[in-house]
Amino acid sequence: MNQLDRFIPNRSAMNFDYACYVLIEGRKGKENPAGSSPAKEAYQKQLREVFNMNRTRILAFKNKPPAPVELVPQDYASVRQAKPVKPCRHIPQTSEHTLDAPDILDDYYLNLLDWGSSNVLAIALGTTVYLWDASNGSTSELVTVDDDKGPVTSVNWSPDGRHIAVGLNNSEVQLWDSTANRQLRTLRGGHRARVGSLAWNNHILSTGSMDGRIINNDVRVRDHIVETYRGHQQEVCGLRWSASGQQLASGGNDNLLYIWDRAMASSNSATQWLHRLEDHTAAVKALAWCPFQGNLLASGGGGGHRCIKFWNTHTGACLNSVDTGSQICSLLWSKNERELLSSHGFTQNQLTLWKYPSMVKMAELTGHTSRVLFMAQSLDGCTVASAAGDETLRFWNVFGTPEIAKPAQKATPEAFAYVNRIR
Amino acid sequence: MASRTITKDIITLRGSAAIVSEFFGYAANSILYNRGVYPEESFVKVKKYGLPMLLTQDEGVKTFIANLTAQLSEWLEAGKLQRVVLVIMSKVTNEVLERWNFSIETDSEVVEKGVSREKSDKEIMREIQAIMRQIASSITYLPCLDEPCVFDVLAYTDKDVSEPFNWIESDPKLISNPQMVKLHSFDTKIHKVDTIVSYKNDESDDE
Repeated sequence: MNQLDRFIPNRSAMNFDYACYVLIEGRKGKENPAGSSPAKEAYQKQLREVFNMNRTRILAFKNKPPAPVELVPQDYASVRQAKPVKPCRHIPQTSEHTLDAPDILDDYYLNLLDWGSSNVLAIALGTTVYLWDASNGSTSELVTVDDDKGPVTSVNWSPDGRHIAVGLNNSEVQLWDSTANRQLRTLRGGHRARVGSLAWNNHILSTGSMDGRIINNDVRVRDHIVETYRGHQQEVCGLRWSASGQQLASGGNDNLLYIWDRAMASSNSATQWLHRLEDHTAAVKALAWCPFQGNLLASGGGGGHRCIKFWNTHTGACLNSVDTGSQICSLLWSKNERELLSSHGFTQNQLTLWKYPSMVKMAELTGHTSRVLFMAQSLDGCTVASAAGDETLRFWNVFGTPEIAKPAQKATPEAFAYVNRIR
Repeated sequence: MASRTITKDIITLRGSAAIVSEFFGYAANSILYNRGVYPEESFVKVKKYGLPMLLTQDEGVKTFIANLTAQLSEWLEAGKLQRVVLVIMSKVTNEVLERWNFSIETDSEVVEKGVSREKSDKEIMREIQAIMRQIASSITYLPCLDEPCVFDVLAYTDKDVSEPFNWIESDPKLISNPQMVKLHSFDTKIHKVDTIVSYKNDESDDE
């Protein structure tokens, strides 16, 4: 390559004082001196452009270009790009261990399992809520509700890992302090039927009920009902707040998926919801927000539909739809890798691990003998607990440990070292 | 490949679209070669824009780029393409390491009324040549890509564009806290193409 250009790409865009400073003083991390550099201004402009996306769509070619291989170029139509990552870790095909979960209700629409940030697993068996401490394996009973109030229809830990919400068949919701082992309050008067789904957003507890309503409760305040979302015509079985706490996704037995946005409350829109998505043709219970990509929601349909769908909750666009061949009861994103775990019913009652975004099946874990209705993952994101109508609670090391992934990364560059020569 | 009108340096919408999409094809190849995404043995030298340009021989990549430029050309003719971004990501972690952003400003009058413009072919070629040289020299300041990488291309189009078969919605694949360098731009008088490369801040400096 002769006649190469000099180092300065564009004189007019260069801030020479800044460049001089950087050269002489040495790089001190990401801080810029007071007064933004042209790079920062350009970045801000680009940010603004990106977020004014109302008139723009971003598209990518479906068939990705082949990954570079030192030997023979691979067929680009296949999605084997994902394969090299597989050898990085071994996924155990059987559960680590199994616990008994007698009297667990085999009801698709309930949410009876949750793993809190204090590393305690809560599970509702009939009218009793048990707590299992993952750090020492001990079990304790939190509460047994009266027969006329129960059975327990949902459990959910608050973000602090100490307080837990217990939804009941009689439409009430109890709030407990698990450390002190005492009940703090009961939320009543909001719903008219059982509360099958719960979701926390700081001090707001959202409750979803068989009456189709979703109520946002401020648990600190006496008049706890802050807002009621009306939209679902049948039981609300899936309820999840996004990580930012800005959007709430709800799925119902009416086959609808709603996205509610907190910003809508102040706007003058005719509807309460931001998006009303009717693509699923069965009950939508499985909902999971992507931890590494904002506004990406995965939803799973029940027996008549069996599809996992991916949504951009900003625009309401369906990004992808994958037919899994089996009723989807629950979805979990991996916190450590770009992977999605789905739990299924008839016929295999399996847990399927998918690579994202290629949606290649990485593993299928069997063991349960009836549909895997409930799933929860540990705080470190390595273990998944699943419970089914076969009255077992199983633990799977499906997401691996972060340490295992790293050495593999360091190993591969040697194979590609010849590519890095500066020409 | 490019069908430009021969007479009198008149540029039509179709001609301009061909120039821009062809430019993108060569630019993509150049980036892939210079950044070491694919081994240099897989490239072959051709003469273009008065420079020795490198084109990949890898069938898969060739087809990908060919399909891409065909679609880009279509969008450019409709005046619906806003920008094209070539993203370089780590093969293992999928983290975006580099982003080559080509923004396109289209003269809407040409799209709506079908008029044509005048600009010397030589002039356009000179402008493109300058950008190609800059891409080649970018290796002097872009951080070394130590790990195996893969690339992808995003197209930012107008909202009312119907999704062609084989294209899906994507996220912008942005880099957090990037360093950005603006390169030269070229203008066919119908489409103006700006180039910016943003890359991940190289934190592992041992200076």
